[in-house]
Amino acid sequence: MYATNVIAIAGNPNSGKTTAFNRYTGARQHVGNYPGITVEKKEGFAHLDGIEVTLVDLPGTYSLTAYSMEEVVARRVLAEERPGAVIDVINTGVLERNLYLSVQMLELGMPLVLALNMMDEAKAAGVNVNYKRLEELTGLKCVPTVARKGDGLDDALRAAVELAKSTAGRIEPLVISYGSDIDQALNEMVPIVNSVNLLTDRYPARWIAMKFLEHDKEIIGRAERHDSATSKKLSDIADRVTAHLKATLNINPEAMIADYRYGWISSILKNGVLEGADDILERTAFSDKLDKVLTHRVLGPIILLCVLYGMYFLTIEVGDYPLGWVGSFFEWLSDTVGSALGDGALNSLITDGIIAGVGGVLGFVPLIMIMFLLIAILEDSGYMARVAYIMDRVFRLFGLHGASIMPFIIGGGIAGGCAVPGVMASRTLRSPKERLATILTVPFMTCGAKIPVFLLFVGIFFESNKPLIMFMITLGGWAAALIVARALRSTLIRGEPTPFVMELPPYRWPTFSGVVIHTWERTWQYIKKAGTVILGISILIWAAMTYPGLPDDLHHQFEEQREALAAQSGLSEEEMEEQSAVIDNDEEAASLENSFAGKLGRSIEWITAPAGFDWRTNIALIGGIAAKEVVISTLGTAYSLGSVDEESTTLSDQIKKDPHWTMANAVSLMVFTLLYSPCFVTLMVIKQETARWRWLFFSLFFDLALAYFMSVLAFQMLS
Amino acid sequence: MNTENNTTLRDLKKGQKAVISGITADGEMGRRIRDMGLVPGIKVQCVGRAPLNDPVALRLMGFTLTLRNREADHINVQAMGA
Repeated sequence: MYATNVIAIAGNPNSGKTTAFNRYTGARQHVGNYPGITVEKKEGFAHLDGIEVTLVDLPGTYSLTAYSMEEVVARRVLAEERPGAVIDVINTGVLERNLYLSVQMLELGMPLVLALNMMDEAKAAGVNVNYKRLEELTGLKCVPTVARKGDGLDDALRAAVELAKSTAGRIEPLVISYGSDIDQALNEMVPIVNSVNLLTDRYPARWIAMKFLEHDKEIIGRAERHDSATSKKLSDIADRVTAHLKATLNINPEAMIADYRYGWISSILKNGVLEGADDILERTAFSDKLDKVLTHRVLGPIILLCVLYGMYFLTIEVGDYPLGWVGSFFEWLSDTVGSALGDGALNSLITDGIIAGVGGVLGFVPLIMIMFLLIAILEDSGYMARVAYIMDRVFRLFGLHGASIMPFIIGGGIAGGCAVPGVMASRTLRSPKERLATILTVPFMTCGAKIPVFLLFVGIFFESNKPLIMFMITLGGWAAALIVARALRSTLIRGEPTPFVMELPPYRWPTFSGVVIHTWERTWQYIKKAGTVILGISILIWAAMTYPGLPDDLHHQFEEQREALAAQSGLSEEEMEEQSAVIDNDEEAASLENSFAGKLGRSIEWITAPAGFDWRTNIALIGGIAAKEVVISTLGTAYSLGSVDEESTTLSDQIKKDPHWTMANAVSLMVFTLLYSPCFVTLMVIKQETARWRWLFFSLFFDLALAYFMSVLAFQMLS
Repeated sequence: MNTENNTTLRDLKKGQKAVISGITADGEMGRRIRDMGLVPGIKVQCVGRAPLNDPVALRLMGFTLTLRNREADHINVQAMGA
């Protein structure tokens, strides 16, 4: 459990903690997730004086209470993995608030080195920190650093490694006074905790007692499972103190403890540590000037829209080029492998199943990289927090968060996005309920793969009003997302909004290495996770649309047709080719109709009839769950057209001729396409981002039901 | 300072400074407010409001913080003049 050669890096968000970690480890880092939750787990190696040190990057937190998943994780890693020492990265300009986390780590008994980071910024802002004095008063080693340039980082790491050696796992929790009432209660509780060793293998006894006074649900829950009788005793004491403090001072113990922590910090800072910081209100002049424009009442929202549009444009439009290259590569690969293998089931499996499936997943990679790159820049520069600040009032109406706008836009809030990077962009949200509601509603947006379906049918049935109808569809996506989000937040994801209290960090230039590392690690996670599962599912879908194939007698019929064609005389070569293509396409259509997917399409016709879908549409929509791009091409195959796209006039001619297709069918199909189950890649990403299978299944089935209901409604009203 | 200056953070005007006199929120919200450094005795200044008047942006201890009006309601302050 205890590990000397492991050093943890802790600190507030925006303290330069991640910059320090990247500086230490470079590319030698590993990113994963803590089991069952979506908090990133980062580990890496640093070399110092010829020895290798393992570094753990704790999630950035302001405190070690159980406010967020990040805090719970940080606390658990400290207490249970017991790193040899902790480098506490501190934004020196905001020393007072940053030390609040340090105090809590000291209460937990962690050996701490303070890295007084952004020393240069603090000095420039007129904050002079006498770190020698801070060392004297706290007994902690303090190292001034500038993580961006790498200054002081080696010294901090060396100090941490030495500290780890000298403490060698001994735990010496900091004991400070929290006022006589609480001190007395703690003195009464500590022996009780010790008498049964309640969680004391991991946490100091006084700390456990304090968590009872702070009503910390996580620790109290664990204590109850461990020893419910003792926990009850401790809770009784905590309740008694709470009632007493409420009655006498109208304060709860938690607030009292926080006040005393800040009091302890401020008494140290006033004792000759902090100089020239009297007018702390007047600092950060540069950021203030920028904010005058960027969060201006009128200009702010306009600039925000421009930034969002720019982001959408770069991700989707510019991303289209590398997307095309990746696509062409896989086409080439498919052709090459296909011709090498010759005809047969193996060829079909490898080209149509595996290469098409893997290509489908990897095809998103350029998009995702660009999106993460831009998000990293927006986040690191401090603008993302302003986005949330400006938009919060609007999104709160729907139970969401100001930061929800980013995922919505990328997911297709401006027609043509993609739900995969959209769902992943929700990582910028720190509020769990709002984040979940965002993830589950992003797929309603008009993503790029749905657009061909809309273009095809709008082109056929609404020729004169194309732009208007397309715009209405985009608005329809927004309406569906916001209404469903509101509904979810009053039912399944019910509950008070997560407190918004959020830092608006000063604007800073993002560092190149930080942005690149961030982008790459997130992209790689996508490739790894989505790649494996999607491959399996693609093979499954391929099999469903290929097998059992044509029965012998039907196959025979097509062969006979071919023979008859070959025997015909007096046809030019062109005519021959044309006719033989007709036979090929007819055979493909018949084969699709006869496949498992085709049979499924037929067998559910009675269910989909009220929405106006025939078996051909059904197959296309089933295929569309694999990837929405497939809808049009499958429809083409079902109409014996070979491969088609939305520009192919043949499919639209075919649909125009077919008496089955009316405006009502078309609207119903468009409504269904807009709302129904996200594609498999999106579903996998939903699973990955929520760390729960249940939300994958919820998206799959709820969206399907909603789409069905809405399209039946549309079809019945229009026909 | 007279008692008329006692108000909540919600009512601070842009540019106005104040000293926090008490936090009336409990539970998760109270914890979050305190974690971010909003505790009695701290000097704050309202530096702006979002385009729709909510949330509000504050300056304290050398950094900028934003919170919603419904959270600002739970923070009692003593205003220090305009």
